[in-house]
Amino acid sequence: MKLSPKATQRLAWGIIWAAGIVAMLSLLVIVGYILMRGLGEVDPEFLLTPPRGGLSGEGGISTAIVSTAYIIVLTIAIATPLGLGAAIYLAEYAADSWLTSIIRYGIETLAGVPSIIFGLFGFALFVTVLHFNFSILSGALTLACLVLPVFIRTSEEALKAVPRSYREAGLALGATRWQTIAQVVIPAALPGIITATILCIGRAVGETACLYVTMGSSAAMPTSFLSSGRTLSLHLFYLAMETRALDKAMATAVVLIAIILAINWATNWLSQRFRARMTGG
Amino acid sequence: MDPKIRTANIDFFYGSRQVLRKVTLDIKEYSITALMGPSGCGKSTFLRALNRMNDIIPKARLSGQVLLDGSDIYSAETDVVEVRKRVGMVFQQPNPLPKSIFENVAFGPRMLGINHRSKLEKTVERSLKAAALWDEVKDCIDQSGLALSGGQQQRLCIARALAVDPEVILMDEPCSALDPVATLKIEELMYDLKKEYTIVIVTHNMQQAARVSEWTGFFLSGELVEYGKTSELFKRPRDKRTEDYITGRFG
Repeated sequence: MKLSPKATQRLAWGIIWAAGIVAMLSLLVIVGYILMRGLGEVDPEFLLTPPRGGLSGEGGISTAIVSTAYIIVLTIAIATPLGLGAAIYLAEYAADSWLTSIIRYGIETLAGVPSIIFGLFGFALFVTVLHFNFSILSGALTLACLVLPVFIRTSEEALKAVPRSYREAGLALGATRWQTIAQVVIPAALPGIITATILCIGRAVGETACLYVTMGSSAAMPTSFLSSGRTLSLHLFYLAMETRALDKAMATAVVLIAIILAINWATNWLSQRFRARMTGG
Repeated sequence: MDPKIRTANIDFFYGSRQVLRKVTLDIKEYSITALMGPSGCGKSTFLRALNRMNDIIPKARLSGQVLLDGSDIYSAETDVVEVRKRVGMVFQQPNPLPKSIFENVAFGPRMLGINHRSKLEKTVERSLKAAALWDEVKDCIDQSGLALSGGQQQRLCIARALAVDPEVILMDEPCSALDPVATLKIEELMYDLKKEYTIVIVTHNMQQAARVSEWTGFFLSGELVEYGKTSELFKRPRDKRTEDYITGRFG
């Protein structure tokens, strides 16, 4: 049977719309369900008291919020300078050679490695050999390894997307190569680099498997980067698997979603302001 | 008088493709030299060889000499950054940086380590005046350079080049993206600038070459076919190929 062009057009349109609606609906259902079950539990007391521990799952999530903040700050502080350096090397300096193709291949491969394997590596290196023990530091170092490949690739793309004419403008004015990169290329690529950073933060906030084996599970308030701790998603995991407090887990999920939305919104706003300032918007 | 720039037997290759053949040419100081020819004749490559902008293209290779005031800019002792400071460039597509008008012009001086605000202000004003843009932008100097019109952007790029006190300004088809009125403004500007600077302009537009320049070179297939006083070259071309080109038989 052969369909007329008009019929195929209508069919394709229908399928595309259906796919879009299914995707939207499943998101709405998930978020809606979590909000329904969890929102009632979220109150100042829940946010500001530590978990009491034990099978009941009583108490709040204050220490998990603080641990999450520690983890985000430390992971980004480790991963972005390293990642930006690697991206600049690959995009601006490295000629295409067997060495860079090995580096690129390595990055591609690492980006697809399951996070628990990064966790095992972090456990072996940071927790055991380097004696950082189960700590926020071990967790953040492991997370940094996990997010680096994605960060490097995304920022390399952002750097490469900067028009050649910008580089030529800098060089033709007698700027050195590094001055051109630092003063022209990086500012122009900043919105993309910010996007790469958001992706990393999102990954860090959502990650459980690799923190499970590097950060421990202390519910106490962390006092330093060498304290053990549990992030919101780890806490959520413990609540769901080891206690009967499913509503508390849902409430934790609500806070987690709110944090991710807030971070996305803030960074979008930031990069839009950058763009506006650069183009005179 | 010695030439400002003398090139001797320049051969230029992209990979194995030769795009310039034995180009030898003298450029006089405080004059406008036009390089014309059909697309792909090598004129832009030649221009970019004069401040080593081709260095950033992978697999590009040059042999021969480019002498700036008698010293070879391709010799091992030459500092390429210094060369580009002395030999500025304006590109085909206006390429203001995504910064304010002020910061665009101040960019070069800043890269040389000048950060004193009042000093930068003086340089920016002087450069914008020299590029005949000051009156149009003096009230919106902190606006983005990208918000200007095409012709204004190109004059901004000229001001930016002037701000580092170059001796030579290379212009790579600076008007090809502009309308006739903006083109006229740039041409008038060039006429003023040649009192203090040596200008080399690449154009595929013969009328423009005839209007603005004192010296003209005609490129074809990577060769400099003919080079001489503009009035002579257009009135009495010595080479048959030049004659064919300027009478519109090809190109």
